[in-house]
Amino acid sequence: MGGINNRTILIAGIIMSLALIFIAKLFILQVYDTSYKFSAVSNTRREVTQYPSRGLVYDRNGKLLVSNQAVYDVMVVPRDIVPFDSIDFCQSLNISIEQLRERFVQMRKDIRSRKISTYKPSVFFKQLSAEQYGNFQEKLYKFKGFFVQGRTLRKYEYPTAAHVLGYVGEINEQQLKDDAYYTPGDYLGISGIEQTYEHELRGKKGVKYMLVDVHGREKGAFKEGRHDTAAIAGKNITLSLDIELQQYGEQLMQNKVGSIVAIEPASGEILSLISAPNYDPSLLIGRDRSKNFPVLLTDSLKPLLNRAVQSSYPPGSTFKTINALIGLQEGVLKPYTTHECFMGYFARGLSVGCHPHDSPLNLTQSIQHSCNAYYCYEFRNILDNPKYGSIQESFNAWKDYAVKFGFGYKLGADFHNESRGFIPNADWFDRVYRKSWNSLTVISLSIGQGEILTTPLQMANMAAMLANRGQYFTPHIIKNIEDKSLDDTFRKIHDTGIDVQHFAPIVNGMELAVWGGAGSTARIAQIPGISICGKTGTAQNPHGDDHSIFIAFAPKDDPQIAIAVYVENGGFGATWGAPIASLMVEKYLNDTIHPGRKWIEKRMLEGDLINAKQKIQ
Amino acid sequence: MPNRKYNRSIDWLTVGLYSLLVLFGWLNIYAANFNPENPIFFDTSHEYFKQLVWIGFSLLFVGMIVITDSKFYVEFSYIFYGITILLLVIVLLFGKEINGAKSWFEIGPIRFQPAELSKMATNLAIARALSRYGFTFSKTSNLLKAAFIVLLPMLLILLQNDTGSALVYSVFIIVFYREGLTGYVLTFGFIAAVVAVLTLIVPNATIIGIIVLAILLILYFKGARAALLKAVIIGGLVLAPSYALYRFVPLNIKAEYVLIPAIAGLSIHLLYTTLSKRFNKFVPTYLLILWSAILLTVSADYFFEDVLSDYQRTRINVLLGIEQDPLGAGYNVNQSKIAIGSGGLYGKGYLQGTQTKFNFVPEQSTDFIYCTVGEEWGFIGSTSVVLLFVFLLLRLLYLAEKQHSTFSRVYGYGVAAIFFFHFAINIGMTIGLAPVIGIPLPFFSYGGSSLWGFTLLLFIFLKLDMNRAELIR
Ligand SMILES: [Zn+2]
Repeated sequence: MGGINNRTILIAGIIMSLALIFIAKLFILQVYDTSYKFSAVSNTRREVTQYPSRGLVYDRNGKLLVSNQAVYDVMVVPRDIVPFDSIDFCQSLNISIEQLRERFVQMRKDIRSRKISTYKPSVFFKQLSAEQYGNFQEKLYKFKGFFVQGRTLRKYEYPTAAHVLGYVGEINEQQLKDDAYYTPGDYLGISGIEQTYEHELRGKKGVKYMLVDVHGREKGAFKEGRHDTAAIAGKNITLSLDIELQQYGEQLMQNKVGSIVAIEPASGEILSLISAPNYDPSLLIGRDRSKNFPVLLTDSLKPLLNRAVQSSYPPGSTFKTINALIGLQEGVLKPYTTHECFMGYFARGLSVGCHPHDSPLNLTQSIQHSCNAYYCYEFRNILDNPKYGSIQESFNAWKDYAVKFGFGYKLGADFHNESRGFIPNADWFDRVYRKSWNSLTVISLSIGQGEILTTPLQMANMAAMLANRGQYFTPHIIKNIEDKSLDDTFRKIHDTGIDVQHFAPIVNGMELAVWGGAGSTARIAQIPGISICGKTGTAQNPHGDDHSIFIAFAPKDDPQIAIAVYVENGGFGATWGAPIASLMVEKYLNDTIHPGRKWIEKRMLEGDLINAKQKIQ
Repeated sequence: MPNRKYNRSIDWLTVGLYSLLVLFGWLNIYAANFNPENPIFFDTSHEYFKQLVWIGFSLLFVGMIVITDSKFYVEFSYIFYGITILLLVIVLLFGKEINGAKSWFEIGPIRFQPAELSKMATNLAIARALSRYGFTFSKTSNLLKAAFIVLLPMLLILLQNDTGSALVYSVFIIVFYREGLTGYVLTFGFIAAVVAVLTLIVPNATIIGIIVLAILLILYFKGARAALLKAVIIGGLVLAPSYALYRFVPLNIKAEYVLIPAIAGLSIHLLYTTLSKRFNKFVPTYLLILWSAILLTVSADYFFEDVLSDYQRTRINVLLGIEQDPLGAGYNVNQSKIAIGSGGLYGKGYLQGTQTKFNFVPEQSTDFIYCTVGEEWGFIGSTSVVLLFVFLLLRLLYLAEKQHSTFSRVYGYGVAAIFFFHFAINIGMTIGLAPVIGIPLPFFSYGGSSLWGFTLLLFIFLKLDMNRAELIR
């Protein structure tokens, strides 16, 4: 190889030309064009987060439920701080010098642990009142490194529906790790619809770049705002909730523990969802939250608990409707089947008591009078059906029916904390009774006692399913989201698989329970002019008085509302459950309470099950 | 040691350049990790400490390379190549996915990227293949063999979704060119690159039009005038009806396809006349280039839409100015340019940078380490780094040309070419001249795999150079 050939020279030429291009570009970037230097002089570009306003929340009639209010945070860029008059600082913010010192200690700690940057703004003092903001803004020029940033808090227009609306709070470390959208100090929905619809409500943060001079004063937009992104406001949502019905229900439930859930059967929309005792949602806004939250959390009556979706209770006699439907579908029960009842059901050393009523009675009458004995016979016929080879097989068939009615699993409503209730299966009893059990062992299931547990939401769904004669929609509280269609799961019909003709005797029984003659269980629920159908329930409670239960729907042939009421320690279903449910139905359908029923309303409003009980204790 | 008299000492100039780059790189990694709020001067959990460990190991490797016989690399080149291909397949099946690329082995605390090793192995295999007695690129089988050696690891790395590392292999075309591959390939590669970029900016029909005109002009000046006029007339005659069809019948086809029949007619005429009259023999070659360019134009859209991932597409769009997205894909480059630009002529001084700390610039100690150089050392420092690389590359070319054995020369060119590609893309991307393709800056970027890969690559060549007179094959 003699000398260096042309190709080598070409390759070397390419290398050197590229180096020349690089050096020229570097010269432009670093020496010739000063704009880059300007945009970097140690953070002359201040990044100001633009917080979007959270979506508004309306009720089904367009009444505004939740809006926003402006507050201001004091922000700090630690490295820009110069010594300042701390007394003046404290006075303008109306805080003590100790508080200020504490904040500084915390800030240094956060810097060391790299939680916050000395170059980027972070929150120094949260949520100034309007007065604090005015004072501080005036003196801001004296405190270099500090500035004020606006953001919004929630504002609740009604002191109502706290469990439905949920609350908004500051993000925690785990949530920060899970979703890169958030930065420390951000707010997000923690429960209720604020949590479920967080992604719709939160909108999208924007960012504004400000030019800041060496004294920390803003000098206008960086590069004419070309790099700014505007915050996008959250989507407004409309709930299916009827706020007036909700308010009325909360009044009826005052001084009681329990829950009301009302559903529109034709859509599955939740009209009201009440958990008592409740609290004013405004207690959990902003800085008040840290004060009020612990009080609510430690209250022995657990006001933060959303009993409507989180508590599981035995459904009591309301479950007889379900057992009757299963019997009819299985063919072991006919509408004309009669059983005798002499104050109860007695078999092999076991007895289930009943109350005085006509005997014998048929299916419709058994619902009307809520006969326990009838359902013991009926339930045993289901489980001892010779069609099935074993109790395990027949019991699981029964369980499958119950699950199709929406029991034992989460319904999938738009509440993240929904509980699934409990429906045992044969394996479960095999474990408990070491495989030695029969239809008599589990007889209490026939009357909705024993091992089954349902949430008030599941019971309201049962009422809606009865109203629809065998079909239901997944209950949901959302009615409409701005610019977005609803989840398809809320539009899908769930069919229970029960033939429609089986509903007539049950529904007739429920109608007679209210409208029948003497001995009908729920005559107190009669609303003049409205064909309301209902079923009482009384759940035995080993810890105290029985729970009072009522499910209902109305009108009979064109149901507008289905409802479940659960009053803890309320005694008979007819005592509290039936009157409260009927008042809710009357209020929703007629808007006013019939003068002849005012005494019932008064008794419910004044009824006090909490303080009365405490007196006894 | 019978050959001892042939041995020369290691090329200390290159070793010096290498040491300067590694040392300066480390200083900048230290700076990128330095926190002025909390100035702990040494912390073993930080990247700069780990990098020091990697450097230590590199010295160990250098020692091992120097005491190994050169013949070892020649004899075992295919075996190395085989092993790394195997590793690439294994990592594809069982590797760990980091940043979207499934290209890492993870054994306990140690992560390792076989793609860094395969550059060296491929280079050895290429050197071996090209140094075989009687090798020439004019033999199709030889050309195919060389292409296969390069394309196999490239494809495997592409499958790992590590597009950046895969693209490095395209640089072997420079080595092939030096070893006698026709210059058409380099020209065509260049045209292909230009056309590919143009397809994203200009409508396809316009590009095809320009290509046709350019080729016709070339042919005109090369002397193929007689056939040309007739060909153009034929083309025009075909174009008129197809354009009318396109215009007045709603066929819903792309505009560029209207031109194709006309160009086909034109080409067929040219081909026919030149082949039958046996003159202007260069015409078929240019027609081939013409049709390849048309094919490329039509398929570039497909490549861009279907082969590139979303983020690669956006990055290219931002680079070409089609999309404005200073906080998205353009964010990195924008921040990087601000950081470099803020350095000014002399820089802010060592450890005095502000933009390359606290994550203003992303990946500031790996792919964007050059920002720290630009910010803290200014134009003087960043230019020095460019010059250091240029000296290193030219020195490598010089040494390669001095080799008596083809194996050593080809290997040396390979080393230079690979360094060149990394240097061009990495620095180009930080100053906004190249798309953001995540490949490291040799000896500068933080990371054991890449430092070791580059060190092995370089010192094997220096070892070959020490025995330059011995390996005449
Ligand atoms: Zn009875």
